[in-house]
Amino acid sequence: MFTASKGPWGSGGGSEPPAGGDGGQGNGPWGEPPRAGKRAGIGGPSVPALDELLRRSRARFGGGGGGLPGQPNRSLIVWIVVGLIAVWLVFTSTHSIAPSERGVVTQFGRYSRTLGPGVSFTLPSPIERVKKVNVEKIQTFDLGSSTSDDLMLTGDQNLIDLAYTVRWNIRSPELYLFQMAQPDETIREVAESAMRAVISQVSLNDAMGDRRAEIEAQVAQNMQRILDSYHSGIQVQGIAIKQADPPDAVNDAFKKVTAAQQQAQSAINYANAYALQLRQKSQGDAIAFDKVYEQYKLAPEVTRRRMYYETMEQVLSKVDKTIVEAPGVTPYLPLPEVKKQQQQQDRQQ
Amino acid sequence: MTDFIRARPILSAIVGLFVLIVLLGSFPIVPETKQAVIVRFGKPVRILNQYKAGRPIGTAGAGISWRIPFADQIVWIDKRVQDVDMQRQQVLSTDQRRLQVDAFARYRIVDPLLMYVRAGSEDQLREQLRPILGSEVRNELGRIEFAALLTPERQGIMDSVKSSLNRIAGQYGVQIIDVRIKRTDLPDGTPLDAAFDRMRTAREQEARSILAEGGKQAQIIRAQADADAARTYAASFGKDPDFYDFYRAMQSYQLTFIGDGQEKAAPTTIILSPQNDYLKEFTGRSK
Repeated sequence: MFTASKGPWGSGGGSEPPAGGDGGQGNGPWGEPPRAGKRAGIGGPSVPALDELLRRSRARFGGGGGGLPGQPNRSLIVWIVVGLIAVWLVFTSTHSIAPSERGVVTQFGRYSRTLGPGVSFTLPSPIERVKKVNVEKIQTFDLGSSTSDDLMLTGDQNLIDLAYTVRWNIRSPELYLFQMAQPDETIREVAESAMRAVISQVSLNDAMGDRRAEIEAQVAQNMQRILDSYHSGIQVQGIAIKQADPPDAVNDAFKKVTAAQQQAQSAINYANAYALQLRQKSQGDAIAFDKVYEQYKLAPEVTRRRMYYETMEQVLSKVDKTIVEAPGVTPYLPLPEVKKQQQQQDRQQ
Repeated sequence: MTDFIRARPILSAIVGLFVLIVLLGSFPIVPETKQAVIVRFGKPVRILNQYKAGRPIGTAGAGISWRIPFADQIVWIDKRVQDVDMQRQQVLSTDQRRLQVDAFARYRIVDPLLMYVRAGSEDQLREQLRPILGSEVRNELGRIEFAALLTPERQGIMDSVKSSLNRIAGQYGVQIIDVRIKRTDLPDGTPLDAAFDRMRTAREQEARSILAEGGKQAQIIRAQADADAARTYAASFGKDPDFYDFYRAMQSYQLTFIGDGQEKAAPTTIILSPQNDYLKEFTGRSK
């Protein structure tokens, strides 16, 4: 007998049915009396009743003949106990379920039904028990923290440092309670497994780049499929990749690539600027020439001379001029002096 | 019943409680999450709430049951899907590359009696399944190339691990629901460093080729612009090469001697001979 009941006692908390069953039944009324009694309004007579009881037991131990006045007190105690049991019955058979919750009812351990939001009634506690499960709350957990180097292999045999969040909720409370031994750990492992499976089939650039959304959707879908195959009653709401970076060890090399992209782009930009400038200039020059040429054609010789003189005026008016008249005489050119003169001019300016 | 016991003296209450416990023990409550094997003097006689595939919750054998006090013992066995984790281990692929592999299997005890007889308890079952899972994973992964792990083929590999594991697990009354690789990592040290090196050099290569590509494009753009300019000039100036020569010479003089307006040209001293064309009128129209 003792060995038999040891199994459930030893293997875990109050949820073990035989233990929890009689334990709960015993504990409730036994443990509660003074508190529940006062609250229920039967507290008035309970204090004198206690005095009475003490007096009676003192009398019993002292003289032994105190059994006669015990009769009314005993019935009072019986009434208190009956009242407590009534309170117990009311409290354990009425359940108010919040809008986000469902109540899973088990009758002697066997799943009976699931209660929707609102006030519901069940048989009292040892017979039917209700476990409330929040089905609306979106639960989240993070995998691959941004601090630790949690590397994954990508399809092109590179490594990626990934951090992501999984959001899920309970779709079917009875499956959630009864099908999986460790639902929370299971969903974590499934998430990791699904993420790594998907990442192992895409290239590093895809994983870091614009295919993220696709990866997220695929992981969520795979997770849901796996969890459904376990009949876990869990709904995967979504995966969010928070971070997809190259490993720290090679991060510099990746930055170099980004820098190279910028440099290449700026080289192209400079070239484009040059090209634009050159094209405009050539067109401008050509058009200017065309305009002049149009006029020149009308009177070639005159225009030519005019242009020549104008240019010479402009040029010669702004430079130092020396005209050597004597033909046949090799003129002495004081070039250093000319230089000096120029330097003086420069200084004056 | 409780108040009845409470009303009696202490000794009778204790006796009553004892009787109650025995009575309650005779009617065990089997929860949905557990299967129970009733063992009478060491011999299994009944299975309560055994898992049957496809049977909805609430219709199976959970609920209140009975047993003979003192004679029948109950062995509780989990009915839910459980998991066994393979210890992290190194696997050598056919192309001699080392991998750190983490795998897990999900299983359910479908024949609690067989499991009780063969394994004894759930903990012992797990202890026996773990090395089997490990060796199956190692065997299967040792038969493929490293690269195959990074393809959709991976699921096929796990399916074959699952089926061979299932064959063995069946002997324990256990059904393997799923086997999955949790992580495949390169072992620390040389393999990981080599991978980092490869990644780094690949990036280096990418960076350089991007730069070279950019340089090439820039060059092409410039050359194209030069060509366009040349064509524009040729189309325009080609109309009268002689005049162009003159026109351009005039522009050139201005630029070299005066500057282009932004920069002043270097100071110049010009020495002219009277024979110079510009000075031809200087000497009077004697010629």
